[in-house]
Amino acid sequence: MAFVSEQTRSLFAGTAPALAGLRRHWMRVAGQLPVLPLAILIPFLLVAAFADVIAPYDPTEPIPGAKIFEPPFWAEGANPAALLGTDFQSRDILSRLIYGARVSLIVGVMGTIVAGGIGTTLGVLSGYLGGWVDQAIMRVTDAWLALPALVFAIFLATMVGPSMWNIIIILGAVYWTRYARVIRGEVLSLREREFVKLSEIAGASSARVILRHVVPNVVNSAMVLASLTIGVVIIAEASLSFLGVGVPPPEPAWGSMLADGRSMLMVGDWWLTVLPGLCIMMVVLATQLMGDWLRIRLDPQLRNM
Amino acid sequence: MGQFIIRRTFYALISLFILSLTIFAIVRLTGDPVTLLAEPGARAEDLERLRAEWGLDRSWPVQYLAFAKNIITGELGKSFNYQMSVSTLYFQRLPASLELALAATLISFIIGIPAGLISAVKVNTGWDSVGKVVALFGLAVPGFWLGLVLILVFSVWLRWLPTSGTGGILHLIMPSVALGWYFAASLLRLTRSSMLEVLRSEYIKLARLKGLPGYVVIAVHAFKNALIPVMTLAGINLVVMINAGVIIEVIFAWPGIGRLLYEGIFQRDFPLVQGVVILAGIMIVLINLIIDILYAYIDPRIRLAR
Repeated sequence: MAFVSEQTRSLFAGTAPALAGLRRHWMRVAGQLPVLPLAILIPFLLVAAFADVIAPYDPTEPIPGAKIFEPPFWAEGANPAALLGTDFQSRDILSRLIYGARVSLIVGVMGTIVAGGIGTTLGVLSGYLGGWVDQAIMRVTDAWLALPALVFAIFLATMVGPSMWNIIIILGAVYWTRYARVIRGEVLSLREREFVKLSEIAGASSARVILRHVVPNVVNSAMVLASLTIGVVIIAEASLSFLGVGVPPPEPAWGSMLADGRSMLMVGDWWLTVLPGLCIMMVVLATQLMGDWLRIRLDPQLRNM
Repeated sequence: MGQFIIRRTFYALISLFILSLTIFAIVRLTGDPVTLLAEPGARAEDLERLRAEWGLDRSWPVQYLAFAKNIITGELGKSFNYQMSVSTLYFQRLPASLELALAATLISFIIGIPAGLISAVKVNTGWDSVGKVVALFGLAVPGFWLGLVLILVFSVWLRWLPTSGTGGILHLIMPSVALGWYFAASLLRLTRSSMLEVLRSEYIKLARLKGLPGYVVIAVHAFKNALIPVMTLAGINLVVMINAGVIIEVIFAWPGIGRLLYEGIFQRDFPLVQGVVILAGIMIVLINLIIDILYAYIDPRIRLAR
């Protein structure tokens, strides 16, 4: 490269090894990424994000000219227009599965964020403030833990009526208790640590100590718990939708697709129930594996959890 | 010990109080409870009559006292659909759910405990990996989907087992596997970690040093102690299965509490839904209390702490 002067070359001389070092660093990080869970999750995430582009049909409308319960492509008499066949309203199963990914992942992620937000906040307050605040929060946590999560969620869903956002809030309201317990325990031990004590002695307000010193130290645990909660929330949403108190029809949710296909199981149309179930299983499996990986990376103390 | 029992009972009572307060508040915060208590299609004057009848025109604290009194006396209202007291219905359905839950517990023991034991004894070997995979699938495969797949394979394709309903032992197999599946995974993980902890303890090292054969150490010395937390979890699981087996009971048309709850949801039978939720909460608080006390009785370290 003759047109690059000696001067320029010497100017950049130091950056090449630095860049290489940076690249090596990222290569190492990439090498440790969990391959299997990402190989499952990324396609599902992409499908959910670009559902409008990928899905061949509107998931809530019947395919014009198609019959109900048309078989999928591998069966005899399949309709080439509907790859995975049609459901009881002659809607395209493939499109419903694709849009269903969006519903499942949004509810899973948002429900987990709501649960984590409530639980972490209450856990931090309970652990740091102690005294009657701690007592009050922990007694509420105990009481809420006493209700089986699914039964509690069903009760709440019958009260407020079904909609996707209601389900997110309900599942958040049901699954925060575990965060509160774990985070409170961590905060109790953080409160005794020198850096927290010193900042209190230096005159920092409670709000400052909590936000600057306590919260950053419990974020890892909250993340690990979150990775374990997502799968639980996704299955809970599927359960509610299966029972008819989840995401309301005609919105496509994997749980309600399972329920719709149930009656056809007896005549052997297995794909109507097996396919949505496989989707649920794969997503939950991937989030669980992701959680295991995060747990080992972020929080050695939680390895045996 | 006496002091411990009193303190734990006091906590349980507080839990029940908060539970009742939560349910009471949710019903009133999310809408007008009269619309829930009225049968669908009721007229305006009927609503007013009901409001007065149930005391819903009075202030909240007065209403709560009445609500709490009803819970204590077991008067949980009358189901619209059955025209029967909710508690009577609940206890009529309890035996069926108990039968299913016991069978599911048995299944979870058969799968979870041996697998957990082997995983712990052969830690970090191929056996342990198999255990990990089983535990992972236990969490990731939804029980209701497993139930449907079992129906497909064993009833529709092979025609070995009846699809649903009650009857003999054959009717019990699929629902109990579908219900026990998830709990088997949790028992497996707990058995494994509890066993690992015990195997690391001093008295196990001593037993080995004494020259006892390996299987005696594992079976007699370690397993017995590792079983305590496992049994605790199994006790709680049993009560959860009785009350939360909704979907499995729906899939297999099992006439238990879960199915009762499902009927309540579908017929918008509000007193029924509320009653089942309250009774489930009470049962779980009680079983937790009993287990806490038993625990303290077995292990003095617990009752002396705090």
